[in-house]
Amino acid sequence: MSRVTLLALQVLVAVVCIALWQLLSTVAVFGKILLPPFFFSNPVDVLAQIVKWFSSGVIWKHLGITLTESILAFVIGSAGGVLVGFWFARQPLVAAVFDPYVKMVNALPRVVLAPIFALWLGLGIWSKVALGVTLVFFIVFFNVYQGVKEVSRTVLDNGRMLGMSERQLMRHVYWPSALSWMFSSLHTSVGFAVVGAVVGEYLGSAAGLGYLIQQAEGVFDVAGVFAGMFVLSAFVILIDYGVTLVERRLLVWRPTVDGRG
Amino acid sequence: MTTPTAVALEDAKVAFRLGDGRIYTAVEKAHLAVAQGEFVAIVGPTGCGKSTLLNVAAGLLKPAAGSVRIFDRPLSGLNRDAGYLFQADALFPWKTALDNVAIGLDIMGAPRAEAVQRAQKWLTAVGLGAFANRYPHMLSGGQRKRVALAQVLIRDPKILLMDEPFGPLDAQTRQVMGNLLLDLWNADRKAVLFVTHDLEEAIALADRVVIMSAGPSSRIIGDWRVSLQRPRDIFEVRLDKEFHALHREIWNVLKDEVMKGYAQSTQAAEAV
Repeated sequence: MSRVTLLALQVLVAVVCIALWQLLSTVAVFGKILLPPFFFSNPVDVLAQIVKWFSSGVIWKHLGITLTESILAFVIGSAGGVLVGFWFARQPLVAAVFDPYVKMVNALPRVVLAPIFALWLGLGIWSKVALGVTLVFFIVFFNVYQGVKEVSRTVLDNGRMLGMSERQLMRHVYWPSALSWMFSSLHTSVGFAVVGAVVGEYLGSAAGLGYLIQQAEGVFDVAGVFAGMFVLSAFVILIDYGVTLVERRLLVWRPTVDGRG
Repeated sequence: MTTPTAVALEDAKVAFRLGDGRIYTAVEKAHLAVAQGEFVAIVGPTGCGKSTLLNVAAGLLKPAAGSVRIFDRPLSGLNRDAGYLFQADALFPWKTALDNVAIGLDIMGAPRAEAVQRAQKWLTAVGLGAFANRYPHMLSGGQRKRVALAQVLIRDPKILLMDEPFGPLDAQTRQVMGNLLLDLWNADRKAVLFVTHDLEEAIALADRVVIMSAGPSSRIIGDWRVSLQRPRDIFEVRLDKEFHALHREIWNVLKDEVMKGYAQSTQAAEAV
């Protein structure tokens, strides 16, 4: 299928869904409106809300805050994950000692930490960053740990036979291997950074996309909730696209799934 | 004036501790000497420990008993005089062909420009001059072996250890690679220890063919000199009468070991 037809079909799905939504929430079927506006609003109102946010410019501040929180959560969580992952993989004893605790913390639903972070770090951005970090850290940590552990024996021996010192092995073999595993989880970890930020905002804050949605919900402004959701989705898709670009640049050496370079 | 022996294994024994605590002796009392400039091939049935012996010469494995001497000095740690060509893919997948070859110079602290220039020369020497910027996954199996060969040779090791390097390749590519190896080797005649299970390949390439018995506790059970003329062409040399005579002679010895090794491996499989 050509790109154009595919795109046309993809757009068609959206058009049909939105048209149905508009129709069912404004036109009565057998004397009954199937999607009562109080619960479902309608696409026109949602669009009007989005346009209002962008034309008045209020949305930029909230987007900026959420973006800052996500980036901070991603950077701090990744840095921590890489360091600890490397450390554990190179020191099996440390890994063995901490293993049950790592599993315990990772098993904890991170949402329950949000109130604690709000208490410790206040209602500003840092409590959201902290929540995002706890999500990102473990993904990166597990991947880097795996990446260092699963370096091919042969490649390692080859490095040694070529005369590499332990430090050079670190730089030329362990490090690239660990990074490649980390980058392969980039989509997930970036996604989780956004989740951490938005959930944190939702649970208590004064700005951000999560805050916008929570405020709208508080006054039963369903159009506002939907508008917030759409802006959030667009935001995540844009970030994801950015990640894809970065990934393509960094992982050129990796074979793609379909076998083409 | 006598030249020192490049690799000398004296009564080398290699043993591993198995998971259940038993000791498995892979190689027993191996006595093997490779002179400078000599091309020695080790042939043996599957699982006879010939790769193990190579790893001992490389310093990747320590013998349980006996000694390893490299140029008359006892080997401790890795063998710094040796280049090792692995059977499996050992290239760094995150480096281009050029960087994979240049790495040997990079880590010695050579200036980047010089490393790149010499790496490019070596890539051209193995026929991959135009593939410098490809990553390993974009190369065929044979091309990857060529890069690996350049990667090892650019460091100019005095000894070349090769562990069934062409094993995973198809028959024609193997012969082409064999000729390439002989051409490169002819330029400066390093000491080579070449492990293979293919007797024809061994005779076609080597000055001496060493036969190992089936494992465990395998030993060296034969040592033939190959006096075919050099430089050789692998395609031609297989038609030589002397080649056939030698092949028949060695095969008579090797055949029994191959059958023994095969019987053992099937029994082991049945026991499981």
